[in-house]
Amino acid sequence: MTSLYDEVQAAPAAGVEVRRITVNVNGTDRTVDVEPRLLLAHLLRQALQLTGTHSGCDTSGCGACTVLMDGRPVKSCTVLAVQANGREVETVEGLATASELHPIQEGFKEEHGLQCGFCTPGMMLSAKALLERNPDPTEDEVRWALSGNLCRCTGYQNIVKSVLWAAKKMREQNQEA
Amino acid sequence: MYPSRFSYDAPTSVEEVIAILDQNGGEAKVLAGGQSLIPMLKLRFASPARVVDINGIPGLEYHRVDPDGTLRIGALCRHEDLEFSKILGNFPTLSQASSLVADPIVRTRGTFVGSLCHADPQGDWSATMIALGGKIIAQGPNGRREIKARDFVLGPFVNALAFNEVAVEAIVPPAKGKALGGYLKLERRVGDFATASVAVALDVDGDIVTRAGCALAGVGGRTIDANDAISVLVGKSLNSESIKEAAEAVAAAAEPRTDHRGSSSYKRHIVETFVTRILSNIANSEQKAA
Repeated sequence: MTSLYDEVQAAPAAGVEVRRITVNVNGTDRTVDVEPRLLLAHLLRQALQLTGTHSGCDTSGCGACTVLMDGRPVKSCTVLAVQANGREVETVEGLATASELHPIQEGFKEEHGLQCGFCTPGMMLSAKALLERNPDPTEDEVRWALSGNLCRCTGYQNIVKSVLWAAKKMREQNQEA
Repeated sequence: MYPSRFSYDAPTSVEEVIAILDQNGGEAKVLAGGQSLIPMLKLRFASPARVVDINGIPGLEYHRVDPDGTLRIGALCRHEDLEFSKILGNFPTLSQASSLVADPIVRTRGTFVGSLCHADPQGDWSATMIALGGKIIAQGPNGRREIKARDFVLGPFVNALAFNEVAVEAIVPPAKGKALGGYLKLERRVGDFATASVAVALDVDGDIVTRAGCALAGVGGRTIDANDAISVLVGKSLNSESIKEAAEAVAAAAEPRTDHRGSSSYKRHIVETFVTRILSNIANSEQKAA
């Protein structure tokens, strides 16, 4: 059992309040002892070693750390890990299967939706939440849904194309099913 | 960055919250959406001994319109609940502001009532509530009391709640006659604080304004209550003359400061432009409807 912030100390100091939480991360229940002040982003990246969630601005401005909590996008640097207790969290690691990319990931590949890739996990999870609510978004709706996620490389053009590509592919898959 | 240590409670009733607040004598802080509090904890602008998380209290997520037209917004109603709401047809000021608060990801967590309590001079919702003549219901050890939105914000990041009170509901009274209004915000990019924003709410009988409300964000050390300024519209219809008079009066009520978002005179100009635009849009759409 890992106790955080273990970058500060391996075991919690005497008198430090620790909570045992169980969070379903990408379909698997994970039980961890955490200090109440631990942020969800740090739980994912440090305790669970899921480094696909990126910490960007660390001040709730950039959206790079976006994950889905019970299906809705949240900035994991602005949620306490204890608040995820009993909830479902999906990170970028939960998108692909062992053999297949998620259509959103395929879209980013096909439409060259990234350059440095730092904002990409957050972009993809915001996109996933959008497409679950609105499978056939307009370009404007995609831009609106991604407006909390900053990209400093692409100028957004190809990111928007990637999401529209994924939306089309997912609609086709749903028709076949 | 991470917060300094705090004790954490996740009570499941409002009574428990009040008891914890009462026992901790001002050292406990209520956590709702956390989209302002958690950044402040991380920056160590706030370091309360206890954080009282109210997200586990059932029955506070609602927003509903009573049969008499009163809108009630519970303490855990998120910004996006209002953005995607189908029942705000009679509350154009609120519905227009709902998609301009912060950014889409913040809107999934942040709450309407929490935003009012945060009392940020640049906050959108405080401006809408002051313009609409709204109220906040505070609950403490001695029961509930109503606080007018215009009396709720005392200064930057200071609200009128006692240390052992929690804001449980926001109320917007029904319009007398037809409710018209609008919200415009200038921001450098999505999610930035307002350079200037204007909330206008009118009650109209026929084409005569019976009540006029207005408040401004981003152009003062607190939310600017411009209700008195815009009251020049009461008893009049909207025409280019009355609109000009109101816009000038509201712009004069702004207290903008020059900063990296713009000069004082620029911000005042924006306020005048926005008031003109909101009122002209209302006049045009009413003319089309007639």
